[in-house]
Amino acid sequence: MNRIGLLIAWAMAISACIFLLAPLLVIAAASFSPTPVFDLPTGGASLRWYQRIGTLDGFWPALGLSLQLALVSTLVSLVLGTAAAIAIVRGRLPGAEAFAAALTSPLMMPGLVLGIALLQAFRGVGLSNPWTSLFLAHLVITLPYVARTMIAGMTRFDFTLIEAALTLGCTYRQSVIKVMLPALAPSFLVAGLFSFLASFDNYPVSIFLTDVRSKTLPIKMLQYIEEAPDPTIAALSSLILLGTILLLVLADRFVGLSRMAGTNEQE
Amino acid sequence: MTAPAPLLPLDRETRLALGLASPAFLILAALFILPLALLLAVSLQGAEGLSLAAYAKLLGTPHYLKIIWNSLSLALIVTGISLLIGYPASFAIARAKGHWRSLMLACLFLPLAASVIVKAFAWTILLRSTGIVNQTLLFLGIIDQPIRMIFTETALVVGAVNIFLPFMVLPIFSVVAQFDRRLSEAAATLGANPLQAFLKVILPVTMPGVIAGVALVFSLSVSAYVVPTLLIGERFPTLASTIAKSYLLTREEAFGAASGVVLLAIAVAVVMLSARFGREGRR
Repeated sequence: MNRIGLLIAWAMAISACIFLLAPLLVIAAASFSPTPVFDLPTGGASLRWYQRIGTLDGFWPALGLSLQLALVSTLVSLVLGTAAAIAIVRGRLPGAEAFAAALTSPLMMPGLVLGIALLQAFRGVGLSNPWTSLFLAHLVITLPYVARTMIAGMTRFDFTLIEAALTLGCTYRQSVIKVMLPALAPSFLVAGLFSFLASFDNYPVSIFLTDVRSKTLPIKMLQYIEEAPDPTIAALSSLILLGTILLLVLADRFVGLSRMAGTNEQE
Repeated sequence: MTAPAPLLPLDRETRLALGLASPAFLILAALFILPLALLLAVSLQGAEGLSLAAYAKLLGTPHYLKIIWNSLSLALIVTGISLLIGYPASFAIARAKGHWRSLMLACLFLPLAASVIVKAFAWTILLRSTGIVNQTLLFLGIIDQPIRMIFTETALVVGAVNIFLPFMVLPIFSVVAQFDRRLSEAAATLGANPLQAFLKVILPVTMPGVIAGVALVFSLSVSAYVVPTLLIGERFPTLASTIAKSYLLTREEAFGAASGVVLLAIAVAVVMLSARFGREGRR
């Protein structure tokens, strides 16, 4: 690449980084605002907005519901998605390629459309319990993430290692637990991470399936922002952001960001 | 005694594979394919049986055609700007080494993993008249007095590009990172000038990443709901906001379902087009 091209590339990359980080930095700064109008903390930082998060109307039940949904749907998706990935990559599954494409297709699906489609379907079978409806919906949201990552992970896994373990005297169960699971651990971690975040942050599907008493955290947050945006929401946003950073640091330590970005290079 | 004959003449491995795949398949069928079929049926429901009234209203009135165009033009602009920033940026990230590369990948992953609502909320703070963007422009002397940015088209585009840009960069980056630099050097040795080398070698090789990024950003931004809601509001109705309104406020479900089917058709068309171009690119 010539020099001008390279210069443009670097200028774009650096401005993109600043542009992408700007909203996150602003949220963090605004959460320490000394006044209720999002002043940047020039005079003195204040922690009072963090103390007020718990007093937000309906915050704790919403947080609880969102955590439950994200954890349970991620765990179930990990089991079912991994089983499906084994069948697709290893098994003699008729139509494996079409099935793999179908499994990941909800990823490209407009969330609102899935939301109203599920609303109609649940109403049609008389399912009105919001927890069950939300759980089933979040299963459809998380399963494609798990399926995509696990299919890619299994495709890279060298299955002759299992045969090697068998030759060396392992039972089949031992070879799966001691050889295959550790080798696939990074894929599980990435799949779980994306699946958890996709569920925890989902708004467009959940909005159609909640009732007055059971609202997920994103729905509550949008409501807070539209009704009375004050630094308490910035403090809450900063805590969510902090949680996300911790998850990413964890993923980076075990997997590496380059691999998460989908490159096959060795580092 | 003989074992009962299997229902289908399948060998053990095929049956095992079917068993492993069936729970995921059932979820997909019951919670994705059937509901979409039902949605299509609801969209065709009139006062007396089958009817195309909802589609006639959506595709036959200028007001709603404008709304469809709003969604499409937002997606086109956001995709175009993301490509202009994302394509060159991916090259720099792929060329970066060690800590620099990790740093820049972190700049992509952190915003990608961060909540969309949190980021959109941050832009409402950044773009308000006393916000940082206005303060900076005032300080630099570019403007004399604060300009109204929040609840404008500019705010919407800035916020949407900010949220969807990583989805453009990552697929392009993953192709560029595997791109062999010696290819463009070889082109140069063989007498190609930089522009020729770019058009004949670099662009075709990186095309699959571009197609994947464009399809992803387009289908995400055409159906965006949270960003327009917070950054522009009712001034800029989209297909997504029409769907939400029909179901949550006005209870015109056939109309909402028809809007959903149209939005879905756009998303599916994008995916199919990108798959087609992707195949042609590889040929």
